[in-house]
Amino acid sequence: MASVFPEGFEALEPFVDWAVPTEKARYAKRISSTMDELDAFYDVAFPLLKSGTARLEKISMEDISEPDKRLLWLFCSLVTVAFSVEAWRQPRVPDSGASSIDAIVEPAV
Amino acid sequence: MAHFKKPEEGSWTEHLKVDTEPVSYEDSTSPEHYELEREAIFKRTWLNVGRVEQLPRKGSYFTKELDAARTSVVVVRGTDGEVRAFHNVCRHRGNKLVWNDFPREETSGVCRQFTCKYHAWRYDLDGKLAFVQQEGEFFDLDKSEYGLKQVRAEVWEGFVFVNFDENAAPLREYLGELAKGIEGYPFHKLTQVHKYRAEIGSNWKLFIDAFAEFYHAPILHSGQYMPEQARKIQKYGYEALHYDIDGPHSMVSSWGGIAPPHDREMVKPIEAALRSGLFGPWDAPDIGMATEDLPPAVNPTRDPRWGMDSFVFFPNFMLLIWRPNWVLTYHYWPTSYNTHIFEGTCYFVPPKNAFERLQQELAAVSFKEYGLQDGNTLEATQTMLESGTVDRFPLNDQEVLLRHLHHSAQEYVREYQRRTAGAPAAS
Repeated sequence: MASVFPEGFEALEPFVDWAVPTEKARYAKRISSTMDELDAFYDVAFPLLKSGTARLEKISMEDISEPDKRLLWLFCSLVTVAFSVEAWRQPRVPDSGASSIDAIVEPAV
Repeated sequence: MAHFKKPEEGSWTEHLKVDTEPVSYEDSTSPEHYELEREAIFKRTWLNVGRVEQLPRKGSYFTKELDAARTSVVVVRGTDGEVRAFHNVCRHRGNKLVWNDFPREETSGVCRQFTCKYHAWRYDLDGKLAFVQQEGEFFDLDKSEYGLKQVRAEVWEGFVFVNFDENAAPLREYLGELAKGIEGYPFHKLTQVHKYRAEIGSNWKLFIDAFAEFYHAPILHSGQYMPEQARKIQKYGYEALHYDIDGPHSMVSSWGGIAPPHDREMVKPIEAALRSGLFGPWDAPDIGMATEDLPPAVNPTRDPRWGMDSFVFFPNFMLLIWRPNWVLTYHYWPTSYNTHIFEGTCYFVPPKNAFERLQQELAAVSFKEYGLQDGNTLEATQTMLESGTVDRFPLNDQEVLLRHLHHSAQEYVREYQRRTAGAPAAS
């Protein structure tokens, strides 16, 4: 079976369900997760984002492969989750109550 | 403790000849006043409904719901390449002409003709009625009299505006000197779009107020910073570099957004890793124009500490130009006196690689996280303003654009009332 993520990012395989293509769905997954789940994902993914910068800079958006696309979506989830982990210490934005802001146009990848 | 020089008069508010008295927010809590605003403002000023990139070829169209003006419009690029707008209504029996699945939701696409879902009346892209089902059943029907009702549409720097007032001045004249001073900015290069939409439980002006001052930022959004930095920023407070007003339009020029930040302690780990944040990716992409060469209304003081300019084009279009070469727009579409639809749109240079894509994602998502706090705070403000228990509110010098917005909106209403005096009241 072909690897889900590009070589070097195998450690992310337990978190493949974070490779979500839309921002709205990524945010929905964040707010339906516990802080323990968000921390577990962040603790594995964040060091790989830091060490993977050069690799990510070589991935052209023009003809992006499926494994690279999944990696990008997963790191987009990490961006969303980082707010909970680094700033809020809770899945939701504080004082945001029932309000929501939904992405209605976003890049395909 | 002033960090930035103020005008000779001692304050921006006095310099711009705006009064300094406490304000009442009756114009944001009254259903009757809102009805007047619909007539006086939303049916009579130029409203930005989109960008030309949304109409890439002949037959490209999008619809825009304009509840405040009691209509929906369809904006289309014709076979001659011209951008036109029409009321989105079939001339036969008034069905909404262009919609998908949900009549109140906006849609877009490409077509050769518009066909009504009801009885298949068809209209050309320039609005002419082209086909009537069972035409012989009608009584002396002259098709040339039943074209779509056209709405004035004009384009400024790729931004498409409509106006329901046939007597209104042309768009560029209306937008005035601030807009003139932005012309030439390469908006057409910023085609990577992230757009957000929210239903907000407040009067439309209150959200413009929230984004027309940065006095709130160090407090409401303190959680966005590392704790030590949040304390420093609160102590420092906020002062703008420059404010300006032209007719009903205004702008604030701000420091900040300098990338990378001088003090790396202030940034969160994800920001350090991606070299990006609320102020945008730290590495500005090439837009064919250096910061010093930006059009004159952008960074008008040419201050090296400049980070961002925020323009309010009356009534409801805000345009933010950031130093790291990206743009954010806000629109506030009223749906009642105490509700509106907010749209925030980020425009970036298309990313060349996955890392740049992630830098942009962080900027867009940061805007959303802040916006969520702002939006919910507004509902709290609206409910208490409506209680009427307090009716005089002091505004400080960094809130000068709020006074100006409310004064401008009230002046449009007064002018409308003067013009229609003796005529039946708006309903």
